[in-house]
Amino acid sequence: MPAPRSASRPPAHRAGRVRGYFTRHAQNLVGALGRLYDQPLASLMTVAVIGIALALPASLYLLVVNGRALTGSLDSAADVSVYLRREISPATAEALAGRLRERADIAQVRIIDPEEALADFQRLSGFGAALDALGENPLPVTLVVRPAHRQPAAAAALAGELQDLPETELAQIDTEWITRLDALLDIVRRAVALATAILALGVVIIVGNTIRLDIQNRRAEIEIIKLIGASDGFIRRPFLYSGFWYGLAGGLFAALLVDAALWTLSGAVGNVAGLYDSTFALQGLSAGTVLALIGLGALLGWLGSWIAAARHMRRIEL
Amino acid sequence: MIRLQNVVKRYPGGRDALSNLNMHLATGDMAFLTGPSGAGKSTILKLIGLIERPTRGQVVIGGEATSRISRRRIPAFRRRIGMVFQDHKLLADRSVFDNVALPLVIAGVGHRETARRVRAAVDQVGLSGKEKMLPAMLSTGEQQRVGIARAVVATPPLLIADEPTGNLDPELSFEIMRLFKRFNEVGVTVLIASHDLALIERLRGRRISLREGHVVAGYEPAAAGGRHAGPT
Ligand SMILES: Nc1ncnc2c1ncn2[C@@H]1O[C@H](COP(=O)(O)OP(=O)(O)OP(=O)(O)O)[C@@H](O)[C@H]1O
Ligand SMILES: [Mg+2]
Repeated sequence: MPAPRSASRPPAHRAGRVRGYFTRHAQNLVGALGRLYDQPLASLMTVAVIGIALALPASLYLLVVNGRALTGSLDSAADVSVYLRREISPATAEALAGRLRERADIAQVRIIDPEEALADFQRLSGFGAALDALGENPLPVTLVVRPAHRQPAAAAALAGELQDLPETELAQIDTEWITRLDALLDIVRRAVALATAILALGVVIIVGNTIRLDIQNRRAEIEIIKLIGASDGFIRRPFLYSGFWYGLAGGLFAALLVDAALWTLSGAVGNVAGLYDSTFALQGLSAGTVLALIGLGALLGWLGSWIAAARHMRRIEL
Repeated sequence: MIRLQNVVKRYPGGRDALSNLNMHLATGDMAFLTGPSGAGKSTILKLIGLIERPTRGQVVIGGEATSRISRRRIPAFRRRIGMVFQDHKLLADRSVFDNVALPLVIAGVGHRETARRVRAAVDQVGLSGKEKMLPAMLSTGEQQRVGIARAVVATPPLLIADEPTGNLDPELSFEIMRLFKRFNEVGVTVLIASHDLALIERLRGRRISLREGHVVAGYEPAAAGGRHAGPT
């Protein structure tokens, strides 16, 4: 169609157009937020559901992080405890320790004399009174041998060798529960991945459904601006931004939920850690993780609204 | 600009709204579609705006057969047509200003330019000072004029209007029609569906008369010159 004589449009300045593009996006972004604010209760419910859905994988993730920290703080658990025979004197033990320290596969050897061992045991076990009743210290000299390699297999091999020494009554290694804990953590880690995938899908569906209702409610309006020549992209944009805000707020809410849960737990964990003379403290969500959570929420919200918009906009055939 | 060739339009479950209709409107022309209710006036305008597709036959707009315009290209196509709807089709929760500005917003026109052009368009339809009002606060005639302002604000080369003066008093109707005529005088092709024969007479407008989906007469007032509008 030729332009009419009157249509003396001002020359389209490129910079102006680009600026206009960004201005429009900014307006839509804020406009979408305004619309969510118009229906606070419905919007809050959607945000809460997204938040809860995202809080679950986030908590599981924290469980893994803290489990790691816990096994890490239990360095000594991979040590081999070598209980020497009762008749071995502290001096002989000292000599043996000296020989062991020469070995390349041993990082460190510590001698615990029977008195010290008893005191430790009484303090940690709570059996103080019972041991007092024994009258005589039943404990031998103990060497605590730390392997140079921290893998459970290396520690086990070393324990075998130490068991064969003539001075040894019993060489014991307590890695079994660490191995189990590691395996358990591995399962949880997989569960986190799975839960994240499933709940991410859930968030996409929640947002998609909310946006679908929104589109249905605005059907008349959409039809009108379609008649005036709005492209699908133009019509879709405010809905995409709504989804974006839903997801973003949901991610933020999830972070708050996890933090609140952590806060209620931290007291109890502190007590237990104190009992075991551990400096272990619950780790919260790092700033990076919070950002990732919010980013993930926003991304999923965007995705959900995009899918809903693509599916349902097409139905409004004009 | 507009050419309909052997166009049949059958709505689902109805008789033919248009049966083998031919009509032509040259670029820069202005014509009135007339005929009794149900004659097919709105249907023709809907075919031009790609709101409906013909069951048979061809609709050619600006040299392009609409059957070749894909779904994706419809929005760009519609932006070149100013449409005034029989039922206004205004956004109920937006102000007069926002409603009129819509085509410019869609086209990505800048803020200041939009404000200037919206004010001019609103002024042309005599609604200055009512920019901030919502459509529901206006009379039906005023709403109709908001629809007209919105149709012309982006200065499209083709203007189609369905009963644009249906709810206006005779004087205002005449003013609005003169407005359309002014657009036509600066080159806009204008097609208006109207059954206000007296008004069309007074405007010395060219008429395309319909009855039951046929063009029955192309009436040419002497003043309109020798150009032909009507059955081709
Ligand atoms: N969506 C539709 N579905 C079925 N039939 C329709 C539809 N739209 C219009 N029709 C029929 O097509 C015929 C022409 O309708 P149209 O709206 O074009 O008439 P009109 O000339 O604009 O009438 P009016 O002056 O009352 O607006 C009518 O018989 C009408 O019933
Ligand atoms: Mg009609």
